Amino acid sequence: MADDTTTVPPGVLKAREALKDVPHEPGAKKQDPILVADSVVRRFGGLTAVNVGHVEIQRGAITALIGPNGAGKTTFFNLLTGFDRPDEGKWEFNGKSLAGVAAHKVARQGMVRTFQLTKALSRLSVIDNMRLGGTGQKGEKFWASLIPGIWSGQEKEITERADELLARFKLDAKREDFAGSLSGGQRKLLEMARALMVQPDMVMLDEPMAGVNPALTQSLLGHVKSLREDGMTVLFVEHDMDMVRDISDWVIVMGQGQVIAEGTPDTVMADPRVIDAYLGAHHDGTQHDPEAVAEEVAEEEGTTADD
Amino acid sequence: MNWELIFGVSLESLFNATMIAYALAAIGLNVHFGYTGLLNFGQSAFLGVAAYGLAMAVATFGAPFWLGLVIGLLGAVVLALLLGIPTLRLRADYLAIVTIAAAEIIRLLFRSVTLSEWTGGSDGLQRFSDDFYAMNPYSSTLDLGIVSWDNRELWVMTVGWILIAVSLVVVFLAMRSPWGRVIKAIREDEDAVRSLGKNVVSYKMQSLILGGVLGSLGGFVIALSNAAVQPDTYGTEFTFYAYTIVILGGAARVFGPVIGSMIFWFLLAFINALLPELIKNGYIPTWFMTPTQAGAVGYVLVGLGLILLLVFRPQGIFGDKKEVMLDGR
Repeated sequence: MADDTTTVPPGVLKAREALKDVPHEPGAKKQDPILVADSVVRRFGGLTAVNVGHVEIQRGAITALIGPNGAGKTTFFNLLTGFDRPDEGKWEFNGKSLAGVAAHKVARQGMVRTFQLTKALSRLSVIDNMRLGGTGQKGEKFWASLIPGIWSGQEKEITERADELLARFKLDAKREDFAGSLSGGQRKLLEMARALMVQPDMVMLDEPMAGVNPALTQSLLGHVKSLREDGMTVLFVEHDMDMVRDISDWVIVMGQGQVIAEGTPDTVMADPRVIDAYLGAHHDGTQHDPEAVAEEVAEEEGTTADD
Repeated sequence: MNWELIFGVSLESLFNATMIAYALAAIGLNVHFGYTGLLNFGQSAFLGVAAYGLAMAVATFGAPFWLGLVIGLLGAVVLALLLGIPTLRLRADYLAIVTIAAAEIIRLLFRSVTLSEWTGGSDGLQRFSDDFYAMNPYSSTLDLGIVSWDNRELWVMTVGWILIAVSLVVVFLAMRSPWGRVIKAIREDEDAVRSLGKNVVSYKMQSLILGGVLGSLGGFVIALSNAAVQPDTYGTEFTFYAYTIVILGGAARVFGPVIGSMIFWFLLAFINALLPELIKNGYIPTWFMTPTQAGAVGYVLVGLGLILLLVFRPQGIFGDKKEVMLDGR
């Protein structure tokens, strides 16, 4: 990691400044939250997959959402972006309630997501994938679509913007190829670039590094960082701790559906509750007495997973 | 061997009303299946509703011909809404189940005894096409030697080919536009499209209506060419032929359904004319195949040909092999 840059980018400084005085505890209040969620609960039968009491995401910062497998990170993502409906709870984005809002309307409000399993639109060309992201297209109405004169001007603008983004993401050489012919890492890049076509305020990345070859990792990291410099807010789910440490300003840890810790990367990774969560001990966020843990482990072995 | 007869029948089926009706049905199905990825297994219902809408309006209720056409088209739109509203939010397979069931329900309603006062039951309806043939500008038979069409056939074919041309222009314009881009993207992955702020359910509904209305034009062509409607014309096999035609021509290709329909009906007519001639002239012994069996064997051979086509050319006539080989997801 050649981080020899002497000057710290302004976006990083701003994010650090904003998060300086925020206490390192679950549900901490942020200076200027773009997203505020309250008591969001999602149950699948008897299993409570997500039970988030209160969480705020700082505007203009890169926030990582981490936690062991099955902690409910992706489910929480799906709930926030309208791809799943919670059993209870409400959340606000830019001051507007998003509870019960359909996924496409969430995207139009400026919160755009990517997917853990990349969704490149295989049999569309790369440039068409990009153009699809443009919002408010007149030619997307059926009757208007039949008269090219109505939409061709706007199409040209969208294509220009798409070409700029493709160049920035180094996909311009693949412009005319089918998206299905791209490699896994290139698909991730395409998906991120396509999300930017929507001109979002907040980008939600679900495991942006999964399945990306190491050579592309650095460039992908650079792109995520550049979103912050462009004034966007990023929330991402990731398992790669090096990446989390490298790019995130703030880390939220989930375990068994709840937010169990929050803080800067360094404090969070040293937090015993987080280590417990990853190592599989019970984590109710209380004291950390070895005897109590041993007891709980013994209990858990009796009752097994269902709580 | 009466080659003139064999080729005459085959060439005629390249252009006749049956081929036109199936081409229109397939153009609509291509919008559903080829472009949007909607598994509509009830395309026959759209043709049936349009044909019966026209026939019932004119023959049963005495409405003018043009009103009958409007009612037929509205029927197709209403059918699309009825099929789409409960199913388009669900996974693709549910649309397939609902559409195939709905198509059968509609056919059985048309032939039910209870409704026969209006629908004519299993005999169907006649006497609704007089106004259409009154507009016929042709007065004589077109005789090209090997094939000939009388003036009524010519009139149906003229209108039918105009309808095909208009439909193809609409599909071409719509599919190369941003609207078509959304439609094709939905075929690839609807969640991705949703995540980019598009109302997927609304687009799927628009596609269902467009394809249904284009297909319903085929219903008019069949009804007018026969000057009659019969419920069993609109059975499930109609839809399966239309699927065959779409895949044969190449899914998501503008001209695919028309070329597919031409090839399908040409081959079927050719084999169905050839086999009886071969039997009659002793080239096929009767212990092997009788003339009555030849009809069924024709379908068997066409089916075999289509299987071979799918094995060796899965993209159809016009498709791009590279595109088909890409994983759809």
